[in-house]
Parts: sequence; C-alpha cells; structure tokens
Amino acid sequence: MESKGAVLTGEHFISGNEACAEGALAAGCRFFAGYPITPSTEVAEHMAERLPEVGGTFIQMEDELASMNAILGAAWAGAKTMSATSGPGFSLMMENLGLGIMTETPCVLVNIQRGGPSTGLPTLVGQGDMMQARWGSHGPYEIIALSPSSPQEIFDLTIKAFNLSEQFRIPVLIMSDEVVGHMTEKVIIPPADDIKLTPRRTPKVSPEKYLPYDPDEDLVPAMALAGQGYKMHVTGLTHDRKGYPVITEEAQIELVQRLIDKIRKNRDKIIEYHEDQCEGADVIVCSYGISARTSLLPIQLAREEGLKVGLFKPIVVWPFPEERIGQLAAGVKAFVVPEINYGQISLEVERCAHGKAEVIQVPHAGGGIHDPAKVLEAIRRAAK
Amino acid sequence: MIERHPMDQLLREDRIPHIWCSGCGLGTSLTAFMSALQDTGISLDNVSVVSGIGCTGRVAGYVKLDSFHTTHGRPIPFAVGLHLANPSLKVVVFSGDGDLIAIGGNHFIHSARRNLDMTIICVNNFNYGMTGGQGGPTTPIGAKTSTTPYGNFEFPFNIPHLAAASGATYVARWTALDARRLRKSIHEALMKRGFSVVEIISPCPTLFGRFNRQGTGLDILNSYREQTVIQHGADPAKVGIEPGGKIIVGKFVDIERPTFLDVVNQGLKGKFGPPVEKPRAEELAIPSVDE
Repeated sequence: MESKGAVLTGEHFISGNEACAEGALAAGCRFFAGYPITPSTEVAEHMAERLPEVGGTFIQMEDELASMNAILGAAWAGAKTMSATSGPGFSLMMENLGLGIMTETPCVLVNIQRGGPSTGLPTLVGQGDMMQARWGSHGPYEIIALSPSSPQEIFDLTIKAFNLSEQFRIPVLIMSDEVVGHMTEKVIIPPADDIKLTPRRTPKVSPEKYLPYDPDEDLVPAMALAGQGYKMHVTGLTHDRKGYPVITEEAQIELVQRLIDKIRKNRDKIIEYHEDQCEGADVIVCSYGISARTSLLPIQLAREEGLKVGLFKPIVVWPFPEERIGQLAAGVKAFVVPEINYGQISLEVERCAHGKAEVIQVPHAGGGIHDPAKVLEAIRRAAK
Repeated sequence: MIERHPMDQLLREDRIPHIWCSGCGLGTSLTAFMSALQDTGISLDNVSVVSGIGCTGRVAGYVKLDSFHTTHGRPIPFAVGLHLANPSLKVVVFSGDGDLIAIGGNHFIHSARRNLDMTIICVNNFNYGMTGGQGGPTTPIGAKTSTTPYGNFEFPFNIPHLAAASGATYVARWTALDARRLRKSIHEALMKRGFSVVEIISPCPTLFGRFNRQGTGLDILNSYREQTVIQHGADPAKVGIEPGGKIIVGKFVDIERPTFLDVVNQGLKGKFGPPVEKPRAEELAIPSVDE
C-alpha cells in the first residue's frame, strides 16, 4: 500500500466528517482517541485509517471519559490531539473538558450534534448542545467553540481550532451537526505550504527557572512536555504559578481570573463572523452551522419581496461576538434566530442587543432542518 | 550531620510536609516506589507519574518528576495518552483503590486487556480516606465505614484477581509492612513490559482503622505480621481478603504477552514505509526483564 501524506492537496468529494478528519491531519494532529457514536463515528473511522499512514496513533477507548483524558495525556506528551463525539458522549466528556481548561491543555473536541435530550435521535440533526459547550463543565471558565456550515468549512475550521488551541492553550470545540457531518460536497485541500500552523509555545528557560503557570504578556503560559526534564506538576486543583495546589481564595482568584481573561482580553484575536448585507438592514438573521445555510433561501425570498435582510453568521460562536451584535442592534428592527433547539444562541443575541432590537426565535426540536417558510414568516414579522 | 535526605532528589521539598496522617501507609508506599525507581536506573527525566483523586492521589504532587494529578478515576486513560504519544516515557499510575477500582474500574480492566505498557501502583486502604472514610469497592463485607454504619453489605473486589483476569502481565500484592519486598516488587513491575499491577495493603488508622477498632498505625502493621502469608504464584482467584482471614501476599502473575504497541507495530509492519515522528517499541529506552 502506498503511504499517503498528511495533507491531501487537491479537490475531493467527501463528507463533513471526513473533511474534519483531513483538516485535523493537515493541522498536524497525530493522536486520536475516541469512542463510536452516531453521527460522529466516521471521524474516528477515518482517523483509524489515516493516522497510521502518517505515523500517528489511533486508539478506541472504553468510553468518552477515557477518550477525553487520553487526548489530554497525549497533548502533554507533545502530540496535537483530537476526539470526536455526539450528545451523550459530549456529556461524558464535560468532566475532563474541565481538566483540560484548568490545566491549559491544547486539544480539539468535535461534537457532531444530534437530537436530544438523552439518547434522543442518534441519526438525526440537532443544535441543542450550544449552551452545554459554553457552560457544560462545572465552575467558571471561558471556552472557544467554532461552528461550520459545510464540509469545506469544517476542514478549514478544524485547522483553525488546532491553531487557537495552541495559541491560547485551551481545548477548542467544533460544534458541528449531523447534517454537516454527513453532507458530501467538494472540499478543496490547499498545498501544505499554504496552511499556516501555530506551533506549541514551549518554555524558553531552563527547568530550574521554569514556572509552568507563569503567563506571558498575552496571559498564556509556555507549556513544557513530559520527558524533557522540566519535572512539572500539573493538577486539576487550583494551583499557583509553580503548578502546585493552593486551596485559598487568593489563588483561585489569580488563576481563574487569568483563565477567563486570556480569552476575554484576546477576543479580538479569536472572534470571527461572516456578514452579508447587514449594513442598512431592517432585519438580520443570526444563525450558525447548518441553520445558517438553511436560512439562505428564506433570506433570498424576503429580499425578492423587497425586505432589507442581512445574514450574520458567527463562525466562532464562543466567545460570542457581543460587541458586533450590539452595534448592529442599534440599526435594525429585529434579529431572527433560527436554531435547532428552543433558544440558546438567541438568548445570547437578546443579551447583546441590550433591548435595542427585538429578537425573534425560530425554534426547532431537532430531527430535521428548518422549513424555509417558517424562517421567511419570521423575517416578515420582524420587518413590520 | 546529614544535610540531604536520600529522597530529596525525588521529592518536591517545597511541598513537604505532606497531608498524610500519622500511621498511614502512604509514606512507606511512596518510599518503596522512589527507592525502586532509583534501583532501576531509569532516567528520571523519562518518568511520568499520574494520580487520580484521593489520599493516594496526592502522590503526584510530592514526586519531583513530570507528575499529573488528574480527575477522580481517570489517571489510567490520561496515562494511556502519555504512553501512546511518547512510548519512550516510563508511565506510572499511582492511585488508590477507590480511584482505580470503583470510579476508574472500567479504565483499569480495559487497559489491562490491551496490555498497555505501564505500571499501576494501587494503594488499598479499604475505604475512601480523603472524604472521611466511606465504604468502597474493596471494603470487606461486614466492615464499618461512614456509609456502612450497619456493616458493609457488598462483596469486595479482589484486585489481583481482577487484574490477572483482565490481562495484566505482572500482579503482586504486599502490605505496607513489607517495605523491602514491596520495593523489590515495584522494581520488577517497573521493568516489566506490559500492564503491571502492584497492590499495597495500607493502614488507615484515622478512618477505616478507627471505625473497625484496629488501633494505631503501628497496631495495624503488627496485625499484618500475624495475618499475612507469602504465597508466590498463588492463584489470584484465591487471594480475596475475608474479614478476619489471612492476607495472602506475594507475586501472583509474571507472564509474557505482547503489549498493545507490539501488536500495533506488528500489524502495521511494512504497510506504510518507515515510521514517522514517533519512536517504536524497539527504540524504547526502557530495559525490560525479558530482554
């Protein structure tokens, strides 16, 4: 068998899940631990086939608790790491997503969302985990989550996710969904040289001088790896700059404030969104993932009726682009927010609009995508 | 005058004193491990110690090595990631019976099944010490704990049997009284290729000992002198700990079995050209007894 390279430059006709796996490989991911779960399994299957070709390691763990831990451990051994799951597995991963946040471990976690709660709709779409992505692990924290709308976007955003995870030393979530995961489309993989990768920030001082949690100016500390002689201590307990546990209010404030600030104060470097005709619009449809895509037809129909409708699509969902939503709110009558849940990102839009514009939810329980007529009707109502 | 303690090289002095109670067996267990580690001659830069949560879980915080204090029950899967992403590391999981056998029991059996090349040191004090002495997966039937006020109604796990049945290549049990034998056994476990397990029966005079009128730590160690029987090669199925019965200690399992990476490398041999980026089993820096 001829070995394929890590970056399969060229045009491909592949599913979103395969594109996600290829994006990971192109970003340098060489370790994947996962557990089969519909509708994300193809990501694991593709990694199982491809990782050995590029000298990487695939392991199917006994559950998602183990998968999440294994990718954290592998990151400390120097690998770029990823796991992929869906609702029930995502719930199990919340425990050690918190460990990844607390220990500042770069890794990427993919959620191909399905209908819930509980076992729900294994084979059918949902977008009900958006707030779980934000708040699902216990304690105060900030997170980064991206939302792709197509196989090409999930390829591109998976690379971006790895880069952000290295830049800010944080687990980065890719909040995709069943439709994008199983949709097959053209995906263009660029030449390897055109893919910009963020290297891991490793210590520039000797082990004697190294403080594992002494941050650089951007509030992100350098990360030593196991086996390099740094003999660092890494704990999920509240810790000081040495990495040692300190169970005091002062240590908690210093650490957690920095974990929050390293995302909040760097939000300009993280936030990304796509706007179409938002300037001068009376109504803005704010939507993400597959729902941003299904909004295109009703937006087009509304424009044909003469309504001034814009599309605002957060590509980075967390941190949420609150300043931009606030600016746009001043100029529009209303936001329309179609999403496959009963109001999650719409609550965020409402918060950021500060009462300057109405926010109209277009909820969907899951199992299918929005009927364009319902979104169109909401746009018409918003424009009145 | 002695300026340096012989263990200084291996301890984070700035974290001492430790939190463990007087009479606890964890100090002896940690000393046995560090002495064994020095005996092996393994480069300390290459050693990673991973712990979970609990009294034993604090071990990772005291050793001057790359050390990881993970979540409750999860040190083994974290260690799996460390090991597979860099097989030249010597990965040791040091945690308690509640952490490894109850909340982490699934990870324990599956990693043994895969025969991942790592050493598990499981300190068994028959209860959850950190949270105040609750019953656990190894609490003997009838024993009193803070959650078994009428005596424990559950049958306990026999850890060596569980490890052996799941596929471990090395299984031994000692008490905290057997300091020298324990050190030798941990040495063997560290040098063993595959999933090696050492169970340490350890006094908890503050909680389990007090609930069950076992006396001081010294009294409990003295009771080990009377209760323990060394039976190397004993059938792991027959070393369960019964209330008032003998504690059978010794090396129960020492077998050869291909490790997970042995099987991976065999299965992928010649399929994709030379290995990229990652050292393979034959490049491991860690010597093994069968080589």
